[in-house]
Amino acid sequence: MSNPQQLRYSKEHEWLSGAEDGVSTVGITEHAANALGDVVYVQLPEVGSAVTAGETCGELESTKSVSDLYSPVSGEITEINQDVVDDPALVNTAPFEGGWLFKVRVAEEPKDLLSADEYTEFSGS
Amino acid sequence: MSSNAPVDPRHTALDALHRSLGATMTDFAGWDMPLRYGSERDEHLAVRTKAGLFDLSHMGEITVTGPQAAALLDFALVGNIGGVKAGRARYTMICRADGGILDDLIVYRLAETTYMVVANASNAQTVLDALVERAEGFDAEVRDDRDAYALLAIQGPESPGILKSLTDADLDGLKYYAGLPGTVAGVPALIARTGYTGEDGFELFVAPADAEKLWQALTDAGTPVGLVPCGLSCRDTLRLEAGMPLYGHELSTALTPFDAGLGRVVKFEKDGDFVGREALTEAAARAESQPPRVLVGLIAEGRRVPRAGYPVVADGKVVGEVTSGAPSPTLGKPIAMAYVDAAHSAPGAPGVGVDIRGSHEPYEVVALPFYKRQK
Repeated sequence: MSNPQQLRYSKEHEWLSGAEDGVSTVGITEHAANALGDVVYVQLPEVGSAVTAGETCGELESTKSVSDLYSPVSGEITEINQDVVDDPALVNTAPFEGGWLFKVRVAEEPKDLLSADEYTEFSGS
Repeated sequence: MSSNAPVDPRHTALDALHRSLGATMTDFAGWDMPLRYGSERDEHLAVRTKAGLFDLSHMGEITVTGPQAAALLDFALVGNIGGVKAGRARYTMICRADGGILDDLIVYRLAETTYMVVANASNAQTVLDALVERAEGFDAEVRDDRDAYALLAIQGPESPGILKSLTDADLDGLKYYAGLPGTVAGVPALIARTGYTGEDGFELFVAPADAEKLWQALTDAGTPVGLVPCGLSCRDTLRLEAGMPLYGHELSTALTPFDAGLGRVVKFEKDGDFVGREALTEAAARAESQPPRVLVGLIAEGRRVPRAGYPVVADGKVVGEVTSGAPSPTLGKPIAMAYVDAAHSAPGAPGVGVDIRGSHEPYEVVALPFYKRQK
């Protein structure tokens, strides 16, 4: 697998797009999706709610386990991906594209986000 | 380094093959086993509609031989083992003197005085120790054969056809819960018509040195009709849909077979004493007068998945506990097995839910199993 160069990554295996008008898109990486197995349920933060970098903002449920979803940045949720709520398998089949999770108006970004190459080394894939 | 670092896991004879297939591996009872090769949902559906191939070499085989092999097993286990005909198999349990379940087992009578006991990987040592201890005074030998066998399972509607193309053994004459020695793809095997998936299928006990050759032959013969390699993840959802108990979830030393709704495996009518007879007699009477919690099926109305240990609730009160839960690929909804108070155990019982991390989600109570294959 390859991690898209234009994205940045957290050590909790989320990806973050560059900000358009201050709004970034967040998803989980292919590495994380593979580790979870078939995702069957996603619980996303509500539009308008505030999220804090590194804190839980939702849940990803797979066949065998439930995992917390963290936000890689602090800010306000502007949109969630209803397609992925309706069809959670998108997280597995298109983690960097149709399986995106939410958009966030970034208020503050942690300093330790990783580049694609750094994340590839960190995650070993 | 972590202070509770696990000891090196054990590897099956097929370990290199699993890795070459890109399996996601997981620790299971001290063994490094394939969890899945690709999508566990696809593997599950392949077993339901075509065929799946499993490595189950972690299961524990114990051979019991000798003039009093039957008498020993009748004493050590709760079933009527002497009554099993040669070539047949029986589902049974081994209990403690207090009636608690040590393990559930399949016992194959391979010949008049030879049995093979198959224990769960997590309990194999416990079962072996108990059998050795209980063998004292019997003219019978208990042999640890865990390293003597690799175990492959081929399960699903296409499995008889696939296996027939590789063996001269009389598969049509081989009934469910029976086993016979034969040759598959040139490999000597004990061929058993058993499994843990709710589908027709076979379990093949072979020498570890032959395991890879057999796996390859089954793969070559089965791939054209849809056979795929399958991991433990889909094995769990398959057995859950089929309503089959799993040790550590539905069964434990804290429960007698009567508490688990499996009192029928206890054969009081057999001759002689057996370990647990007195306690189990009391447990049977207790179950009669005060019904214990009942093992039921739960089907979610929503999409959140119940997990083992989650409370079952009704009217805001805890009325039971989930023992196993997963999204069901066949039903397309989350399902669970749970022990619930008898008052809430009837199919359709109103107002039953599962406390999923603080939120009470509605669930429908149903009789087990969730899935039964059409014969």
